[in-house]
Amino acid sequence: MNLLTLIVVLPLTGFLLNGLLGPRLGKSFVTVVGCGLPVLAFLATIRAFGQLDGAAGLALVESAYTWAVVGDFSFDIAFYFDRLSALMTLIVTGVGSLIHIYSTGYMKDDPSYARYFAYLNLFLFFMLLLVLGRSLLVCFVGWEGVGLASYLLIGFWFEDPAKAAAGKKAFITNRVGDAGFLLGMFLIYYALGTLDFDAVNAAFQGPVPPAVSASLVGVLLFIGATGKSAQIPLHVWLPDAMAGPTPVSALIHAATMVTAGVYLVARLNGLYLVAPEASQLIAGIGVATAFFAATIAVVQTDIKKVLAYSTISQLGFMFLALGVGAYGVAVFHVYTHAFFKACLFLGAGSVIHALGGEQDIRKMGGLARRIPVTFVTFAVATAAIAGLPPLAGFFSKDEILWYAFASERGGSPLLWAVASVTALLTAFYMFRLLILTFLTPSRMDHETEHHVHESPWSMTSVLVVLAVLSAIGGFFHVYLFLEPVMPLPETAHALEHLEWPLIILAVVIGLAGLAAAVYVYRGGLDRAERLERRFPGLHRLLSGKYYIDELYEALIGRPIRWISDRVFLRIGDRLLLDGTLNGMASVARGAAGQLARVQTGNLHFYAFLVLAGLVALLLWSWGHV
Amino acid sequence: MDRTQLLLTLSIALFAIGLLGVMIRRNALVMLMCMELMLNGVILSLVTFAERSAMLSGAVLVFLVFVVAAAEIAIAIPIVLLLARRRRTLDVGAWSELRG
Repeated sequence: MNLLTLIVVLPLTGFLLNGLLGPRLGKSFVTVVGCGLPVLAFLATIRAFGQLDGAAGLALVESAYTWAVVGDFSFDIAFYFDRLSALMTLIVTGVGSLIHIYSTGYMKDDPSYARYFAYLNLFLFFMLLLVLGRSLLVCFVGWEGVGLASYLLIGFWFEDPAKAAAGKKAFITNRVGDAGFLLGMFLIYYALGTLDFDAVNAAFQGPVPPAVSASLVGVLLFIGATGKSAQIPLHVWLPDAMAGPTPVSALIHAATMVTAGVYLVARLNGLYLVAPEASQLIAGIGVATAFFAATIAVVQTDIKKVLAYSTISQLGFMFLALGVGAYGVAVFHVYTHAFFKACLFLGAGSVIHALGGEQDIRKMGGLARRIPVTFVTFAVATAAIAGLPPLAGFFSKDEILWYAFASERGGSPLLWAVASVTALLTAFYMFRLLILTFLTPSRMDHETEHHVHESPWSMTSVLVVLAVLSAIGGFFHVYLFLEPVMPLPETAHALEHLEWPLIILAVVIGLAGLAAAVYVYRGGLDRAERLERRFPGLHRLLSGKYYIDELYEALIGRPIRWISDRVFLRIGDRLLLDGTLNGMASVARGAAGQLARVQTGNLHFYAFLVLAGLVALLLWSWGHV
Repeated sequence: MDRTQLLLTLSIALFAIGLLGVMIRRNALVMLMCMELMLNGVILSLVTFAERSAMLSGAVLVFLVFVVAAAEIAIAIPIVLLLARRRRTLDVGAWSELRG
């Protein structure tokens, strides 16, 4: 039985049914198809997972279709199900199904209900193609496809030009990264003649090094990962992507799609193990992204923007782990992050739903009593991301910090220190969000306050499930489960004795963030505003997001527009192209005007011209024939 | 002068008379007739050469050309008639406003 193909095809069926028939067959049909097929895919994944155990840790491989045969190389659409892709598939289908169910409540009154579920199913299809694809090529198809789905869903309410523009920004920024991915893929194919992940890993681990620099390929593929996973310098699209519906932010821009870059690097661990320079770059970019995004999150006032920057920051942590060779730990963080970040986003969605669309945390407060289920689940997820034991985030973040400190593959106290400061900031801004939204006295206007209501059970039940997973998820030590696929790096023996002190320090850091947030925001916004007045320059820099958007606009956007206008439009298009064509047309018209004078209407003159022509022809042929 | 030369001279004479007529006469009917003269001059030379090289296909071609010439004149005469009816003249100068 083609179980893997079934997993991939189920959401595609949902997309086709909902996209083609959904608007005609009504809401209940869309709900059943849109949620039912992802749940079926999840069940199929669990079944495949069971078979994987029977296969003694080996991978299930399934070839669905031969795409093209070129020479003696055939491009197969084949699926590869080992422990890594199994885990990713479980996350994608599991969290995906939950968010589909949540969406039935959140999008209940939207006129484009069927279109929404069609897009969501399409996303799931491409994401499954991405994580299950055996070769880089299939992975790339999924990679582009999730970009498309992300574009469609960010611009879901395309009547608003700002939201349509956010979709375009995400898509174009991703294209920049995709160029790197493609180049990396070309290099691999050129050097190895295969694109299958297992073969590529084996080739780079083999006794004869391939005829291509592993670091070059690694860096090119990592450029692709920075685009998809919103790392510096291509992180600018993710905060704007919050224009989409909130469940979309939870599914695509927090739990699954943005972790595709992490998955790619982890999948190709055989390549990155022999590419120390690329790994160093990944660690550096990761820790820098984590830190800078966390500082920006501290001053954001939009509830979704805070979470967006926190996502970028957490992705930075994952790349830090990848950079120091702890691939399993990075995937462990992907796994815990999927739970608590999905829970946070869906909780934020529930808050926005309750307040009738308000997203500014300065106009919230005192919601804990009014929407208790949302509050409790949000609090659990906040504690989880802040790294308080024994919640999920504590385990994964602690492992990342430990390997950043002690890994023999590039760990250093500097990386650990920056990451720890980031962890402190994380705890601070997350508890700031929690306190400002739920605990301080209400700052809502009367009208909004009157309408506050808890969300329907279809939403709250999902929140509860995700909160429970965020609480207990850390006890499943995923990185140990993944060790047959992705070995953990050696840690320096001289530092072993520091492991427990560092864990305690990490807990203290989490609590310190909590304490600082309580101290600053306990009485509402007064203390924070006083701080803001004392450091106006710093505040402007942070709330301006380090002016990266403005920098890109000045360095890339404006020169491109200038060149397009002056060189391509005015010189190239209008002067050269239009000029040539119009010039040729006017030459023809002028010559015709001159020649038309010959047409006098005098028949004898015509006859004379014919005669003259004949005579001339005869004379010419006299000389030549 | 042998027969061939005589015939060719005749054909040249026919052609030249016709050409002269087309060039200097203003009456549309006469111009048409002169054009027929030119055509006949050319056909005569064709027949002459065909006979000289003993090719039957030349003679066949002559009949084809006659058929085409008849068809052409069958269109030209009604046109001239229509023009003459409109202006009550056969002078081609009366129609010089038909220039392109």
